[in-house]
Amino acid sequence: MVDAVAKAPRQAGGIRRFIERYPFVPALVIMLVLLALNGIWQPRSVSLVGITGLVKTYLALMLLAVAQTYVVYAGDIDLSAGAIVSLVNVVIVAFMAAMGGSAFSVIGAMAIGLGVGLACGIVNGIVVAAFRLQAIVATFATSIFFTGLALYVMPVAGTPAPATFWRTFGARYFEIPFVFYAAVLLAVILSLLARTRLSLQLLAVGDDAQGAYQSGLPVTAIRIRGYALCGLFAALAAFCVTGDTASGDPLVGGKMTLFSVAAVVLGGSALAGGYGTVVGSVFGALIIGLINSLVYFVGTPSEWQNLVQGLAILVALVAGILIGRRARA
Amino acid sequence: MNAVLDLLKRPLVVALALILLLLVVGELLSPGFASPTQIMRLLIVAALLGIVAAGQNLVILGGREGIDLSVGGVVSLSAIIAGNLMNGQDAGIPLAIIGCIATGALFGLANGLGVTLLRIPPLVMTLGMLGVLQGLLVVIRQGIPSGRAAPGLSQFVTQPFLFGLPGIIWLWVAIGVLLALLLSRTVYGHRVYAIGSNEQAARMAGVPVAAVRVSLFVLSGVFAAIAGICLLGYSGSSFANVGEQYMLPSIIAVVFGGTSLAGGKGGYTGTMAGAMMLTVLTAILTTVNIDESGRQMIFGATLLALMLFYGRGRAMRA
Repeated sequence: MVDAVAKAPRQAGGIRRFIERYPFVPALVIMLVLLALNGIWQPRSVSLVGITGLVKTYLALMLLAVAQTYVVYAGDIDLSAGAIVSLVNVVIVAFMAAMGGSAFSVIGAMAIGLGVGLACGIVNGIVVAAFRLQAIVATFATSIFFTGLALYVMPVAGTPAPATFWRTFGARYFEIPFVFYAAVLLAVILSLLARTRLSLQLLAVGDDAQGAYQSGLPVTAIRIRGYALCGLFAALAAFCVTGDTASGDPLVGGKMTLFSVAAVVLGGSALAGGYGTVVGSVFGALIIGLINSLVYFVGTPSEWQNLVQGLAILVALVAGILIGRRARA
Repeated sequence: MNAVLDLLKRPLVVALALILLLLVVGELLSPGFASPTQIMRLLIVAALLGIVAAGQNLVILGGREGIDLSVGGVVSLSAIIAGNLMNGQDAGIPLAIIGCIATGALFGLANGLGVTLLRIPPLVMTLGMLGVLQGLLVVIRQGIPSGRAAPGLSQFVTQPFLFGLPGIIWLWVAIGVLLALLLSRTVYGHRVYAIGSNEQAARMAGVPVAAVRVSLFVLSGVFAAIAGICLLGYSGSSFANVGEQYMLPSIIAVVFGGTSLAGGKGGYTGTMAGAMMLTVLTAILTTVNIDESGRQMIFGATLLALMLFYGRGRAMRA
């Protein structure tokens, strides 16, 4: 308050104010640049087929990044997100296999999958918010538990998903790939969710939990709802993984957890909470995908690809944070 | 009675009591679990985790959400570099040690500079660095057959050296004593607690905050590198991503040792007990004859139950 009086009104530039209002803008710019670079090195990568492939492969990560964003909003983190993906993946594949893979079994499996994701999210929420454990270590513990459950449902990878499931995921309707419909649906859901009170409440808790509590918000319940939302989106991510890999694997999601955190940061959200957008996280996931494909297209020798990808993601993380901070400073 | 209750609130006492309890449970479930040779084996495994956790502990003590997710990557990289440099020859050990520690220090320095100069949150910086390290592992492994541990190194880690205990356990004890002295008796140690509990106050009191924080990340890299060398000695040869198993457990060991993730509070002695506790718990679950799935579920649930003993956050009050 004192600062506001002491300082002369800040002459914020147009761009700066724009980024402050839309934190995902740096991510969008980085994404478009990467897309252009991909197009220069491999023109086919920006064709309909190329983009379809990119979205098809990274839709799961986009959804998991969105999932992670809702807990990050409140200043929490979910290191079990990938384990939830694995668990939902094996549960729905096992269910569909048991039911014979009919269209009805697919719908039933998705309902069950959403239920499992929601349950896992609520468990995380209770453990972190109600039991007041540190989010990093507590969700690591639940990730071990969820992985155990996944191994119980399906001890080894390899049970195939019914053809109805993955054919739909890879199909085209009216010449437009299914994943684009899914992406549009996701955009609609996200914009609706962004307008809900819950989004605002999560951000309020992340910005200042004590303040939120004192202004009468049920902080614990809000954080649990954030984790519940995370579990639901992790289940959606698992559907995409299943559609993409066409099989069940009890460890399939493990590697995705840290990438989902990276995608959230790339998207301009603050890990400390209180500031961010889900759209940015979607862009963040696409940035990771575009970096991976660009490294391939420029002809990096195969053994060097991981290193170059790792370096590029590190640079993008650092650059994104520096740009975002300049805009807000 | 109050004195007893107070004692029970000390994380170190709780951890030691739990270790004893776990050993008894292990002995009951599988006779011979708590035999001297078994306990020595457990100590060796705990030392590996404990040395990684030493660096993690320092970074966490330094506060400002200090955490090092890259330790696992450094452990793996160090194990591979050590294997390639010594390649089964005792003569290569000094070079391997120097090379690995320099590598670990370099990555720690990069983390520290990112966190201080560029003010990147430690979680993000070290997560990004983990990606780089994993990429580097692929590059180094390519074409070169993974080197073997020198006999001297394997002996140091697995064979009795003094009073029937292998060198690595003495190394761990030495690290424990050194860190306890460093943290409690030196200016540097006081500075670590100072920046961890109140950075602003520390800066005003003239503490070179950035330099201390960078040094903590460097030390974390160095400890992870040392653990990597020892891990090579333990397993004989290095394989892909052996260090990954230490990333999050090193944090859990610190938490179980009573160090607050918020920084500024705790110490390494508790962390040593925490590392031992995690190791015994894991060992019990491996001895018991249950499926991998059941093992993981019990492990996860036990970790959660144990966490309830420690550092629960404060309830919100108006």
